[in-house]
Amino acid sequence: MRLMLPQRHRLSRCCGLNLLNLNLLNRLNFNFSTHHHMTYVKPSFRHPELPKNDLGFTKKDYEGAISTLCGGCGHDSISGAITQACFEMAIAPHRLAKLSGIGCSSKTPTYFLGNSHGFNSVHGRMPSVATGANLANRDLIYLGVSGDGDTASIGMGQFVHAVRRNLNVVYIVMNNGCYGLTKGQDSATADVGSVSKNGINSFNAIDLPALALELGATFVARSFSGDRTQLIPLIKAAVSHHGFALIDVISPCVTFNNNTGSTKSYDYVREHITTADVVDYVPPGEEITMEYAEGSSAELTLHDGSMLQLHKLAPNWDPRDKLAAMQRIYLSRVKQEILTGLLYIDPDTQDLHDILNTVDKPLNELREEDLCPGSGALEEINQSLR
Amino acid sequence: MIDLDLGMNEHLSPPLKWDDNRKYDPGKVYDAEDLENMAQFGRYLDSDGDGITYRTIPGTHPTKGSFFTRGTSRDEYARYTEDGAVYVRNMNRLLKKWDTAKEIIPQPELYQDGNQHKEGIIFFGTTTYSALEALDLLKEEGIEMDAMRLLSFPFSKKVEDFVNGHERIYVIEQNRDAQMRSLLINELEVDPKKMIRILNFDGMPITAAYISEQIKEKMVVDKVE
Repeated sequence: MRLMLPQRHRLSRCCGLNLLNLNLLNRLNFNFSTHHHMTYVKPSFRHPELPKNDLGFTKKDYEGAISTLCGGCGHDSISGAITQACFEMAIAPHRLAKLSGIGCSSKTPTYFLGNSHGFNSVHGRMPSVATGANLANRDLIYLGVSGDGDTASIGMGQFVHAVRRNLNVVYIVMNNGCYGLTKGQDSATADVGSVSKNGINSFNAIDLPALALELGATFVARSFSGDRTQLIPLIKAAVSHHGFALIDVISPCVTFNNNTGSTKSYDYVREHITTADVVDYVPPGEEITMEYAEGSSAELTLHDGSMLQLHKLAPNWDPRDKLAAMQRIYLSRVKQEILTGLLYIDPDTQDLHDILNTVDKPLNELREEDLCPGSGALEEINQSLR
Repeated sequence: MIDLDLGMNEHLSPPLKWDDNRKYDPGKVYDAEDLENMAQFGRYLDSDGDGITYRTIPGTHPTKGSFFTRGTSRDEYARYTEDGAVYVRNMNRLLKKWDTAKEIIPQPELYQDGNQHKEGIIFFGTTTYSALEALDLLKEEGIEMDAMRLLSFPFSKKVEDFVNGHERIYVIEQNRDAQMRSLLINELEVDPKKMIRILNFDGMPITAAYISEQIKEKMVVDKVE
């Protein structure tokens, strides 16, 4: 296919811009297409008999613009899982807000849920924007997308406070252990000794699920972008969870951190992955139909009436046991395993609104009659101070 | 030190008042009905020429109200674009919004009817009461000048008229580099020579005595020149 480049970009092609450079530029999101010269357009045609969800939407209604990330990027798989989960859950697109910071991960909200509200915020500042939005309207679903740099470095101060406040948000970290948008420098989640295209990482890694547990997170999961079967039910469970839900998704960077010696490459993750449990998500009003051998499964009811059925449990594993979860995460790290699944959940928690005891009505719907006691009340306060 | 002055002292203010006729103003917001009756909502579309665009509250309308907030690489409908012409259009729209804002934001406080003297002083914020007291001290010595308290930026026509209506202006502020003076010079394109720095930045609160002494000193210097 011939690339249509706008006039001024053709100059650079004459200067020897070869296909490799084009790929590089494309990855860095130098999108050549302009409004009038669209090169990468997702075809709008869909089969007329596409399945519809309970709201009458097809999966297309949950898709976004075409991705400009590198071919094979784990992030695109996660975007696909988010799309699929929201479609299957029949979430009204306009009742969901997707928020992100800066980085390859944070570009992805453009590539899913094109009919939802979006907020691409400042680097590492998504938790603050999500906090403000959630306080203004507790009735929307908040889906935060971040990366390992965005969360574990520049946004660390924001992340930890969103966790400890139990903000009702789904917080997905697309974790590739490097800064893919700026040529792949090691990030704070790169394991010590892991080799990237920049050399060997000398610093200890921040384990985000372990940190979140320590800070009082009420839903902690880890997954792998290459395992949709595991990821989709986890996303649904996170949406249904009332409180802060972290899903740390290992998502290999095919361009800068997929080499031999990297602990975040596709090969390494596939060789070292272990599963704490497998989650079946059963929507509110539906019955559990799967049956598992006694002692090998557990059932949980979430805030919105949905059920989680956990199976293939490791021996003596209960994801409601925080101490066991911490121990298990630590042990898996020592054994150089990548532990995935639902690692911890407290299904009956108080989120930020419960803790602050705010009214049920979204704060952004309150008007003068709800909020303003008038000049008489102010005068009483003035008097009381005299 | 100034923080300590503010934080560790009791300050009295006049009793707060509330006007019961006052209504909350959320600004230019389209509700579900507005959205239903339009073909397409444009978050950054200047529909009425003042540079200030309408917004929606998230969750308002099933299909017409949502938009994507991001940097400036987007068109009037909040769609991602790297088209230079669209970018220029948006930047010019923001300039228009800036101009509109000048007359909407809080206007400066003036302490006389019209311009009565050749010289004036400009101050703002915590400098206010010291500056007003300094005016009284100067008046006792027969030195009179006009005064203006800035309350907002960008500067409105009133600020411009005050600055242009005086031969010399003393800009009183609490920083080394006379930053407000620079703003006034840059924004209003006035002769820097008529804008005299009165600066206090030793960490102690600015006093009326200091201001009046500094003004008198600068007046003397000017007469010697």
